[in-house]
Amino acid sequence: MKPLVSMLLGLLIVLSGNAIASSVETYQFSKSEYEVRFQDLNKILRCPKCQNQNLADSNSMISQDLRREVFRLMEEGRSDDQIIEFMVMRYGDFVLYKPKFDGVTYFLWLGPIGFGALGLLILGTVVFRQRNKRNAVITADESSGEHLSSDEQAKLDRILKRDSD
Amino acid sequence: MIPELGNFSLIVGLAFAICLSVIPLVGASSNNLTLVRYARPLTFGVFLFTLISYLLLTSSFVSDDFSVLYVAQNSNSHLPIQYKFAAVFGGHEGSLLLWVLMLTTWASALAVSSLKLDEAFVARVLAVLGMIIVGFMLFTLLTSNPFERLLPNFPAEGRDLNPLLQDIGLIVHPPMLYLGWSGFSVAFAFAIAALMTGRMDAAWARWTRPWTLAAWSFLSIGITLGSWWAYYELGWGGWWFWDPVENASFMPWIVGTALIHALSVTEQRGAFRNWTILLAISAFSLSLLGTFLVRSGVINSVHSFASDPGRGMFILMLLGTAVIGSLTLFAFKASQLKSTSKFELYSKETFILAGNIALVVATATVLLGTLYPLLVDALNMGKISVGPPYYNAVFNPIVAVMAVMMGVAPIIRWKKNKAGTFRKELGLVALASIVFGIAFPFVYGGEFITWVAVGMGLAFWLITATLKNAKTTVTNAQGKIDLSRPNQSYWGMVVSHLGIATAIIGATMVSFYETQLDIRMDVGSKVTLSGYEFAFDGMKDVEGPNYTAKQGQFRVFQDGQQITLLQPERRIYRVQTMGMTEAGIDSTLTRDLFVALGDPLDNEAWAVRVYVKPFINLLWIAGALVAFGGFICMGDRRYRAKKVAETEQQTIETVAARV
Amino acid sequence: MKRFILFLPLILFLVLGAFLYKGLFLNPKAMPSALEGKPVPEFKLLTVTKGDRIVTKADLLGDYYLMNVWATWCPSCKAEHPYLLDIARSGVPIYGINYKDERAEATKWLTTYQDPYKFSAFDVNGELGLNLGVYGAPETFLVDHKGIIRLRYAGVINANSWGSKFVPLINDIKSEIAELAGDSES
Repeated sequence: MKPLVSMLLGLLIVLSGNAIASSVETYQFSKSEYEVRFQDLNKILRCPKCQNQNLADSNSMISQDLRREVFRLMEEGRSDDQIIEFMVMRYGDFVLYKPKFDGVTYFLWLGPIGFGALGLLILGTVVFRQRNKRNAVITADESSGEHLSSDEQAKLDRILKRDSD
Repeated sequence: MIPELGNFSLIVGLAFAICLSVIPLVGASSNNLTLVRYARPLTFGVFLFTLISYLLLTSSFVSDDFSVLYVAQNSNSHLPIQYKFAAVFGGHEGSLLLWVLMLTTWASALAVSSLKLDEAFVARVLAVLGMIIVGFMLFTLLTSNPFERLLPNFPAEGRDLNPLLQDIGLIVHPPMLYLGWSGFSVAFAFAIAALMTGRMDAAWARWTRPWTLAAWSFLSIGITLGSWWAYYELGWGGWWFWDPVENASFMPWIVGTALIHALSVTEQRGAFRNWTILLAISAFSLSLLGTFLVRSGVINSVHSFASDPGRGMFILMLLGTAVIGSLTLFAFKASQLKSTSKFELYSKETFILAGNIALVVATATVLLGTLYPLLVDALNMGKISVGPPYYNAVFNPIVAVMAVMMGVAPIIRWKKNKAGTFRKELGLVALASIVFGIAFPFVYGGEFITWVAVGMGLAFWLITATLKNAKTTVTNAQGKIDLSRPNQSYWGMVVSHLGIATAIIGATMVSFYETQLDIRMDVGSKVTLSGYEFAFDGMKDVEGPNYTAKQGQFRVFQDGQQITLLQPERRIYRVQTMGMTEAGIDSTLTRDLFVALGDPLDNEAWAVRVYVKPFINLLWIAGALVAFGGFICMGDRRYRAKKVAETEQQTIETVAARV
Repeated sequence: MKRFILFLPLILFLVLGAFLYKGLFLNPKAMPSALEGKPVPEFKLLTVTKGDRIVTKADLLGDYYLMNVWATWCPSCKAEHPYLLDIARSGVPIYGINYKDERAEATKWLTTYQDPYKFSAFDVNGELGLNLGVYGAPETFLVDHKGIIRLRYAGVINANSWGSKFVPLINDIKSEIAELAGDSES
């Protein structure tokens, strides 16, 4: 199986020569689940020299090589994590689109949770605080004695009615 | 001569803009009505000369004037005429001129249609817009001038427009985006004027909202078009990559969504005034931040323009001035404008505030992800990448929360809602949604997938709750249908919310049920994918206006019947000798069939990629619905009423004076 | 307290602005090597010029040496070639890695433009390159006396980059070697 694939790949490389390479490769997988894993991995691995493309979309030479490696490692029976480690060991964390959870990225992963918590806090504070103020304000209004004349009140009511839902 | 005139015209426009930034403000502060009245004519002056400048640049393109550097870099005499028009804004310099033109267009539109508003206030708004225009014009003239010449030795031919851009997508996507981004400047200017005058009542929100809705709707269209264009043009079937440039367009949209809802509350209840102002400042600030990210070279993206740290510095200064200025003004002047209206915990105000906060959390999250690699690099902690796996993990839960709230909020009353409303109105719908969600993946795909259940359940919930509320709203006390009862804004909300539900369906279905095959196909062979049979009949040679191509012939069968012929191409453009792939796509409401050519193999065989993408077209329909809803809201009578506004104005002023 | 909250957005933006400013001076395209500080990976390849000679890691000799990734399809490699000849003549051992190339073309190249390398490993599949984290050519690795990679430089070597990036590290290596010698003597 493998020699045949290598031959096909070899032909692919030789023939594509100066033609613009594409990111479509015709690997034959020994297990169908490998193909799905292959496609998924190519989406989360980054092309090391492109301007923000994953391995699946890039047609650069290095991406072709890396896809070939992913295929080879997959066929060897390695797990997804092992394949990712293989790439990271050679190209660094840069090549991973899903950031690891380590000292550098704590803030990245926990940040959204923090924002959410902060948001809830703000929501609670705003809603409850203005509820309490309400009672205080009513008292103040009643005592200050500012009123609109009945004419003005009627005009205001007309206008407000026009604007409500 | 023409390019020099274009340059000169822009400089004249700058002069007008400088006057616009200063004179009306002086007039407004010193109660000098004559100076205030200069605002409108100055605005039209800025617009006129910017338009002339833009038209002159366009004429350089159309007449193939390759002595202009920008034209030589982005055009070619064989370029089809429609792309020559589009190439004007296809590069950095020209796109900036388009930005300026858009800004002046918005300002002029405001100047024309705000005749009923308080003159001094409008003068301030226009002055702020003038300042923004000055900033962008200076940026263009000083660092990115499209009229630079290549004399005396100019090329006989241009370098041609990047083949990826030679598509209708280029003609529509950037203008829509720029309309949206620049349109948020109006809300920004309104906010600054409000802070300056200390005047931020319900009327202010009413004036601001239609402009914000317009900008937001255009941005919605722009983002949708971009997504659609990437999908069919790039050939690999993706439609959203959380690329920094995509995020740069998305963040103002999210904040814009929060803004239009907050404005609604301020308009109808007088609440959230400070918050609304802050959102208005943020929306445009994010537009500016996006401009910075795209053009400064600070981030890595396929979309970014050729970068230059000098330009980056200038935009950073522009961004800094606008944001620091506005936020400082906010810090000093905001507390004067306290809301007087109160609301209970169980009220529409609370729901909208909760929704707003969720949207801001979403924006903060996207911003964090986009800038994190930069942060890490700046702190010398190495280089990392943040991509779709991160964004999907953190963003989708927020969408889920929002979808739930969107279903509930319309039935909740302002100020104080009776207990038990939810149980009565929507209890059954909630139950049905859960059942539907859980059942769906089993029925459709034969196995349970959590996110499919969540997505489809939420979509069912949102659609049903929205439609049920619509039915309740149009039913009058006698139980008869009365379509005049709800105002136009209500229908806008219904349409946009249904659009969001549609997007959720499309995204869920295509993400989890799309199928892909990368395979070698010999001439005469067939492959099957998801019940469709693709037969490869060989290649044809095709000539385009400025390219040659090999065109594949794929007949597609379903249940033995031929349903379509797909003709994907591998093109070689003559000038840039860049190869490009055009996919062959067959679209229906329920699925796209997508074939893209890889490399030629031995024996006339080709490497072929085949996709079946269920319900992907719902995504584009969703975008259209969302934008359409925004436009419907904009057309509400209360934003157009003229005479009423005058008397209302006087009454409000009298009352305000009393209190 | 209320006033402070109102200043928060401004403060947040100033922090953000500082990072954006710093960002203008960074290069987002530059990628640090994951191999710096790690040993040279094992390999077993034929050479370019002597088609039946096999070379491995054990053949890389020197107190310090360079590994230069090059190919005939790489125009920048041609640009840096004269300088490599200069460095080689000054006594720095350079081992070539002929990356994803054709042997005939590579041999012709070395004959025409002269050969600065002690030998060039014929990495036709790019396997050694992959294990080194190579993503293009030219790239040059500086390896020390312990076989540890001290620097990966992606780009053309000229007087500027040689002086600023390589020379300081070579001096470091030399002092480390001297220390070791001093230690073993005492």
